[in-house]
Amino acid sequence: MRYLPLTDTDRRAMLAKVGAASIDDLFFDVPEAARLAGPIEGLPLHAGEMAVERHMAKLAAKNLSAGSAPFFLGAGAYRHHIPASVDHLIQRGEFLTAYTPYQPEIAQGTLQMLFEFQTQVARLYGCAVANASMYDGSTACWEAVAMVGRITRRKRVVLSGALHPHYAAVVRTMAKFTDDRIADALPALQGEPDNDGLIARIDDDTSCVVVQYPDVLGRIPDLAEIAEAAHAKGALLIAVNTEPVALGAIRSPGDLGADIVVGEGQALGVGLQFGGPYLGLFAVRDAKHVRQMPGRLCGETVDAEGKRGFVLTLSTREQHIRREKATSNICTNAGLCALAFTIHLTLLGGTGMARLAAENHRLACFAADRLAKVPGVSLLNASFFNEFTLKLGTDAREVVRKLADRDVLAGVSLGRLFPGAQSLADGLLVAVTETTSEEDIETFASALEEVLV
Amino acid sequence: MNSPNASGWKPEMTRAEGSAPATVTGNRALMLEEPLLFEIGQAGVTGVDLPPVDAAAACRLGAMKRAGIIDLPGLSEPETVRHYTRLSRQNYGIDMGLFPLGSCTMKHNPRLNEKVARMAGFADLHPLQPQDTVRGALEVINQLAFWLLELTGMHGVAMTPKAGAHGELCGILCIRAALEARGDAREVVLVPESAHGTNPATAAFAGYRVENIPANSAGRVDLAALKARLGPDVAAVMITNPNTCGLFERDMMAISDAVHAAGAFVYCDGANFNAIVGKVRPGDLGVDAMHINLHKTFSTPHGGGGPGSGPVVLSEALSPFGPLPFTARDRDGVVHLVEEESADEFGHTQAFGRMAAFHGQMGMFTRALAYILSHGADGLKQVAEDAVLNANYVLRSLEDVLDAPFAASGPCMHEALLGDAGFGGGLSTLDLAKSLIDEGYHPMTMYFPLVVHGAMLIEPTETESKAGLDQFIVAMRGLAARAKAGDESMKHAPYHAPRRRLDETLAARKPVLCWEPGRSDL
Repeated sequence: MRYLPLTDTDRRAMLAKVGAASIDDLFFDVPEAARLAGPIEGLPLHAGEMAVERHMAKLAAKNLSAGSAPFFLGAGAYRHHIPASVDHLIQRGEFLTAYTPYQPEIAQGTLQMLFEFQTQVARLYGCAVANASMYDGSTACWEAVAMVGRITRRKRVVLSGALHPHYAAVVRTMAKFTDDRIADALPALQGEPDNDGLIARIDDDTSCVVVQYPDVLGRIPDLAEIAEAAHAKGALLIAVNTEPVALGAIRSPGDLGADIVVGEGQALGVGLQFGGPYLGLFAVRDAKHVRQMPGRLCGETVDAEGKRGFVLTLSTREQHIRREKATSNICTNAGLCALAFTIHLTLLGGTGMARLAAENHRLACFAADRLAKVPGVSLLNASFFNEFTLKLGTDAREVVRKLADRDVLAGVSLGRLFPGAQSLADGLLVAVTETTSEEDIETFASALEEVLV
Repeated sequence: MNSPNASGWKPEMTRAEGSAPATVTGNRALMLEEPLLFEIGQAGVTGVDLPPVDAAAACRLGAMKRAGIIDLPGLSEPETVRHYTRLSRQNYGIDMGLFPLGSCTMKHNPRLNEKVARMAGFADLHPLQPQDTVRGALEVINQLAFWLLELTGMHGVAMTPKAGAHGELCGILCIRAALEARGDAREVVLVPESAHGTNPATAAFAGYRVENIPANSAGRVDLAALKARLGPDVAAVMITNPNTCGLFERDMMAISDAVHAAGAFVYCDGANFNAIVGKVRPGDLGVDAMHINLHKTFSTPHGGGGPGSGPVVLSEALSPFGPLPFTARDRDGVVHLVEEESADEFGHTQAFGRMAAFHGQMGMFTRALAYILSHGADGLKQVAEDAVLNANYVLRSLEDVLDAPFAASGPCMHEALLGDAGFGGGLSTLDLAKSLIDEGYHPMTMYFPLVVHGAMLIEPTETESKAGLDQFIVAMRGLAARAKAGDESMKHAPYHAPRRRLDETLAARKPVLCWEPGRSDL
């Protein structure tokens, strides 16, 4: 077997050294009744590299990949062009095959990268401190809710109706076990987010308000107004961002008063990957909250010779030190995805982010205008960045299926996101990025017109 | 006795003439000092060619439109490649050598798996594409689920948890849901003292009170003490098996029986499943839930701290409560993604909810499946056997020179546990570990588990050759002798790494977590 270096001669010599007559002597402690005599029956035996590659390639070929069709899906996962150098660099064995940097003297590469990543995320989000990553946006969102519970000692969580329903589902799942009370609602299909309705739901028991920015329908809420209303009631604002590229064009949530900013970093460097692994981003506007944060934090220090270096720090918050009193149970996070994100963002810089965002917005405006010209179709959004909601006047799920039959990946129907919500059933969420061509948009518009007839 | 290396150099040889002068730059040949991105990048620079922003273009952003650009430095492509390449060279990875971090299972990461994960038919799929356009991807998830069930002898598997600790949470939430479904409110989760920190943290996160159960003198759960504590308030016992001392819990079946008799569930921390895969199935030991770290047992790369993947296998009693979404075959053999709206159709009406957006760590599933198919049933069994043989070989090659608290109790499993009793001159495990860095090895896990003084937990894994282990043993024996002799110089190791010992106290006392221009307080 190509991954196992021991030869039979080695094995015999090693068994002799350990004083065992056979390998099974070493499994002596396993109850005999449960021990397996040989390889589990009915399962395939080992296979060569070529055979495995063929098997996997055959499965890959059964899928319609995003790059091989006009593609308009978003809803928390966005297809952007990733510069070739990103994937090259993350595959360097010193990054790819390292562990969490527990021995900082020989992990300065990972640690310096994390320190740079934390700084980039903090600046992107308009915050003081960001951590070294969470699993994904949805779990980062829940961790923020849990953190606010520790800070405010309150138990009522107000979710914006236009929070990604998967994120809301994760919060609801976890809240069942922590006695948090969740106030949520379906979004109304209107051009502007319902800030007044949301603010009216904040009361004196509210620990936090969770608002997505841009929201799940693509609209861009005025976070400053919500932050002010939340703070007036002693509640904190958690802003959730699922498309970091948007922040090249719209103001950072921290600058608008959000206390905790969390999000999905997948759009930069990570790729679609059918939903994972992704990259949870987590930042606080005020450094005073840092000791309540979940996850790893990388900090600057010096070595014995006075040279600058980096270490994981404030670990008295964490499970391996605090055990049941830890701020989170998270251990392994999304280090390599953080590396991909930070490399992509380094290539872009502030200038590249502004240009990338402008290009996304230009194409999205073009697409929104073109698609709204299709008979029976109207554009919902008064504001949007690179994603918007169309009202089709008919069940959008059916339309998406019919368009998929024509090899057009048309977007995400609100029926898929909010199953059972009749009021949303004719909504179609359409995302456009720099990877979308004007030709793709034209193909989509013509196909949509044919399907809607 | 092996020679320390094959270069012709021997420890007793005199140094070449002259000692090394300081360099002008602080660089040392291949070891280059690299500034921070913020010290070399400029706001106006970008390494991506995009059209300039047209200020006159249509704008539908509304009132939140940003004025100006985000203050983020950019680098050209060559500068970027050099920056990260230089940083990478300050890291130790499995690709360079032995990485014997106990409990972490740092085995070789096959490159076929990287290639497979990058196939466009997997990497370039959106999670919410119509199911008919992603049947092959759903098939991957389902095939991996099948293997995990066969290898563990369990009934169901939740594929969405994103890492081991997330899997633990999933398992504990299934247990809580099952107890609530039978109207049985229980408050306590029992955890051995030697458990990973994630176990008590997880139980507390799920709303349980955590109590410790003691170990016996053979490094295993004290069965009598456990039985005495079991009662109607205990929801679950979280056991790691093989445990964190690298030992198999001999009484596992008796433990499971006792836990079940008390109406509670057995959660098994599967971090060490690599020691027993293909040799024994947790389902046959009475386990109700166990997470599997695909990034340990099934070789998906650790990536400097993730991403991981932590599918949870479940017993028949717990399967109905597993989270959404998951994959299932219909009568025609077609694999479906079962989400909230189709759960009823697939008879899954009691799901405790959703643990994360989307369907799990697909990029890890493709890698793990490629790894499993490469080994097959016979190869996976050999993986466990070689991992255990390598660990015992290290244990028996070091037990005469280092404290080996449980060596007398019989063979270890996949990791060897040693302690620092007998070190002279106030030296401890930390000093030996840092000295090991100078010898070219990543240190073992230090000071864990907590039940052994100065614990050194060494997990060689099955992907190390005998010759490689012999070299490591030479290094360890040499360092053990120096530590026992109280060699003062070890207190300042490492000497040859990119950095000397780092001041962690300073980092925590005055946290600097974000770069700021012009700051010079350190």
